[in-house]
Amino acid sequence: MPALDEGTPLFVQIAEQLADDIVDGQLAEGTRVPSTNELAAFYRINPATAAKGINMLVDDGVLEKRRGIGMFVAAGAQEQLRAMRRKQFAEQYVDPMVAEASRLGIDGDTLVSLIRETSLDNGGRTR
Amino acid sequence: MTPTISVAGLSRRYGGQAALDNVSLTVERGTVTGLLGRNGAGKTTLLRIITGLEFPTDGELRVFGAPPAENDAVLRRMVFVREEQAYPDFRVGHAITAASWFYPNWDEDLARQLLADFDLPTGRRIKRLSRGMRSAVGIVIGLAARAELTLFDEPYAGLDAVARQLFYDRLLAEVAAHPRTIVLSTHLIDEVADLLEHVVLLDHGRVVLDAPADEIRGTAMTVSGAAIAVEEFVAGRPVWHRKRIASLASAVVPGPLDAAAQARARALHLSLEPLSLQQLLVHASGIAEQEKVSA
Repeated sequence: MPALDEGTPLFVQIAEQLADDIVDGQLAEGTRVPSTNELAAFYRINPATAAKGINMLVDDGVLEKRRGIGMFVAAGAQEQLRAMRRKQFAEQYVDPMVAEASRLGIDGDTLVSLIRETSLDNGGRTR
Repeated sequence: MTPTISVAGLSRRYGGQAALDNVSLTVERGTVTGLLGRNGAGKTTLLRIITGLEFPTDGELRVFGAPPAENDAVLRRMVFVREEQAYPDFRVGHAITAASWFYPNWDEDLARQLLADFDLPTGRRIKRLSRGMRSAVGIVIGLAARAELTLFDEPYAGLDAVARQLFYDRLLAEVAAHPRTIVLSTHLIDEVADLLEHVVLLDHGRVVLDAPADEIRGTAMTVSGAAIAVEEFVAGRPVWHRKRIASLASAVVPGPLDAAAQARARALHLSLEPLSLQQLLVHASGIAEQEKVSA
C-alpha cells in the first residue's frame, strides 16, 4: 500500500495517487476508478476524505461521474494531467536538483552531462 | 441542519475541581469526530454528560436538538461504549441479545459476523473473559447497534494491535455503508488520525483545539539543520519548541509555510518535517499549559 505522508491533506494525496495512476496509464481513460468506499477501506481513511479527493479530480475534469454506475476516467484525462505536470516540473524537480548541485559544487556543465549520461543509461526507457 | 451534538458553555465541577470548564462544541451529523486528550482531560466526563449519565454544573447541551438526560427518545438513538464497561453476570450471547432488544436499528447479522471476527465465545460468562475480549464485546454492541450516534470511550483496553486494526476496518466499513455520527475518544492518536474528519482536543477540561482534520495536518513543522541556520529561519516567527544538540538544532513552528518560506528553508539547507497529529497535540497541550501559567 502506498504510504500516506503527514503534511499534505489526505484528500490531496488521494487525488495525487489516482492522478499518478492515470498518468502512468494504469487507469486508462474510460475505466472505472475505485469508489469512495473502496478507497476508504484500502487506505484506511475516512470515506468523506476519500470523496473529497475524488471530487477534486471531478472538478478538474479528470474524472466524470456516470449516474448510478460510478466514477470514470474522462477522455483526454491523461494528456491533461501530463500537461499540468509538465508545467510544475521545473519547480518540483529541476529547482531542488540545481540547488543541491550548487551545494555540492557541481557546475552547470557537469550537471547537464550527468543528466545526459543518465538518460543514455536508461536507454529507450526514458520518455 | 441541527447538529447531532451541540454543547455551549458546559462546565462540570466536583467540589472545587473543574472536570469541564466552559466547553462549547458541535458535532455535525454523519461525521467521525475524534475526542482527544490526555487522561484526566475531561473526555469521559463530557461523554457521560452527552449520554445523560451525568448532569452538567452549568451550560447547555442538546443531542438531536433536545436535552438527553432521562429522555428515552434521545437515548435510544445513541449507543455509548465505555472503557471497562461493567456487565451483569451474563454470558456473551445474553449481553448481545439484551442489546438487540434495546437498539431499534440493531443488525443481528452484523453482530454474528463481528462476534466471529473477534473470536468471541458466546457461551462464556463475561466475567471470565480477558480484558481484551470484554472490550471486544463492547465494540460488537457499539457497531451492531447501528445507532445514529455512536460514542466510543477508549473502547480497546487490552485489545492487541491486530484486534484494534480490525476494529478500525469494521468501523470504516460501517460508516461507509451506513453513515452515522461517531465520536471516538482515545489517546492512541496516530492510530486513528486518518479515520477522523474532525478533531476536538481537550486539556484540563477545556477545548484547546476544534478543527477539521484536514486543516490540522501541516499546521506545524519541525525545522532542523545547522543551529545558526535554524535561528535565522525562525527569527520573527513564533516557536513552539526548540531542541539543540552541539551545532544542530530543531524548532517547531506553526504552519503552513508558504512557498517563499519553503524556498528559504531549502536555501539554508534546512529540512522541513510536518508534525504528526499526535506530536501536534502534545505541543498544543503544552501551549495551553504555558498560557495558563502566564495568565
